[in-house]
Amino acid sequence: MTVTTQKGDAIKTGLARPDRSQWDRLGPLSAILSFRWILVAFVLILWFVYYPIIDNFVVSTKNQDIFTGETSFVGLDNYRRLQGDPVVWTAIVNNTLYAVISVVFQVFGAFVLAALIEGLSEERWRRFWRAVYFVPSAISITVTGLLFYFIYQPDIGLLDSALTHIGLSDWSRAWLGEEQTAIYAIIAMSQWQGFGYSTLLFAIAIQKIPRELYDAAIMDGAGIWRRLWNITFPLTREMTGLMVIVTITGAFQVFNEVMVMTGGGPNNSSQVLGTWLYQQGFIENDFGYGAAIASVIFVITLMTGFAQLWYTKRRRVEL
Amino acid sequence: MNGARHAPEAERTDFLAVLAKVCLVTFLTSLGIVVLYPLLWMALNGFKTNAEIFGNPFALPSGFGVANYISAWNQGIRNYIATSVIVTVGSAICTVLISAWTAYGLTRSKLPGKPFFVGIVLGGLMLSPTVAVIPLVRMMQDLGLYNTYWALIILYTAFRIPFTTFLIRAYMLGLPRDLDEAAIMDGASERQIFWKVTLPLCKPILVSCVILHVLFAWNEYLFAMIFTSGADLQTLPVGLTSIMAKHGTNYAVVFAAMTLSALPIVITFFAAQRFFIRGLAEGIGK
Repeated sequence: MTVTTQKGDAIKTGLARPDRSQWDRLGPLSAILSFRWILVAFVLILWFVYYPIIDNFVVSTKNQDIFTGETSFVGLDNYRRLQGDPVVWTAIVNNTLYAVISVVFQVFGAFVLAALIEGLSEERWRRFWRAVYFVPSAISITVTGLLFYFIYQPDIGLLDSALTHIGLSDWSRAWLGEEQTAIYAIIAMSQWQGFGYSTLLFAIAIQKIPRELYDAAIMDGAGIWRRLWNITFPLTREMTGLMVIVTITGAFQVFNEVMVMTGGGPNNSSQVLGTWLYQQGFIENDFGYGAAIASVIFVITLMTGFAQLWYTKRRRVEL
Repeated sequence: MNGARHAPEAERTDFLAVLAKVCLVTFLTSLGIVVLYPLLWMALNGFKTNAEIFGNPFALPSGFGVANYISAWNQGIRNYIATSVIVTVGSAICTVLISAWTAYGLTRSKLPGKPFFVGIVLGGLMLSPTVAVIPLVRMMQDLGLYNTYWALIILYTAFRIPFTTFLIRAYMLGLPRDLDEAAIMDGASERQIFWKVTLPLCKPILVSCVILHVLFAWNEYLFAMIFTSGADLQTLPVGLTSIMAKHGTNYAVVFAAMTLSALPIVITFFAAQRFFIRGLAEGIGK
């Protein structure tokens, strides 16, 4: 190499070749060395995420006492017990109600709301409403759960007082204290908290639709509902599908709000699978039975999880 | 194209448009009140006396003295915030760093059998904490980590790695490879490329991942409740329920405590809204 006027050139031609071959010479060694990148993550995932879930099935075939540590193998007894446990069925019904109502409000309701917001002419206001509706989603469920616990109280709460003000005092009741209304009151809180989150996601999806499509539709005389149905809805279908799956998965893992607001009561009427698992596994110390309930949640979330992966794969083709 | 437009027709369309606009704004405003009023009520109740709380719930407090807030702060909120900060920051750093390493290994390194390892990481997305919680109690007790910060930091990290890796990996796949190639040409090692080239390029997604993790860890309840029992080790969500149990009759203090726990995350949201929204957009699937 002669000394060139441009230093950069000299470095490139002078150094690149020998180093490149050195890199290649490492060959299989560098492939093995590459494991170090994923090692920590895989130790953590396999140890604390995968293993406990396998172990959960083992635990569910045993009856053990957390204090004495006595363990006896009982086979599928805990699963047979599930079938005859009326609270498990109440819980499954409640989780399903949770899923259905959340899909209505947090997917379809949020979709319409997002379309309305994105239809506003000023960006300032679009941003304002998206942010306002999102606020409850940033706050922890424990806080919002406690807040609504108070809102539903007959003595100090907002709801009964508001009903009285508008002349509907007949409707007022101890919302969380009655078996017929407790789970619906909890689900209503959850809609209040969660709809802004999905509205924001739909708004992002709607922003990606080219404006020209709407302009063309307006030229053709399509009204707002026609545009919503024929343009916005089909072009955000991927997002809608994904949100349906995510919402259903979430509905079967519900725990926090029920725990904070009613603890599953009154008389187990608002139990969901998560709280019943906690009740059996940690309050009654019946680990085996708790693990069997966990298996039910596992099967349900695994199915919805596969659906989600399938959908995500379709959405992000490059993956 | 539309020729002569009849004046009355145009007026009618204008009228309908205005009416629609009024309806829309009324609807959005009412919904906004339904969303924000309960939160305002919570903060206002923190200023009331107990007697006032049992009065008209729509009334304003008689004064804005912060006695209840100070009392809530001293009755535990201070400690709970400290624990929440330790656990949130600790697990956020661990999660994002480890996930970035993993994503790098799964996209850029010479790791053989990448699809297999990617499958294991993505599979972790489908496993929920609820299902693992019973075996984890025994495991944490055996490890001597039960009732320590480490239990929460490790679990938050392990359970969020799949999701965070998934996000960073998707971002890395979209990065051009020219810079890597150039760095290899210049004799950089994989380690140097990761720290000097790839990681700085991933900054936007890393910020989003940190924010999503903070949102998760700050608000997490199940693990926090089960793996910590002492008052010194409780995070905010669990601590709040203890305050509720201990001072359940002193509603005003409970309201002040709730407001104090909600405040940091709401402020973070408004301060970092842009990153928040991008993070959520990237992270659809929670």
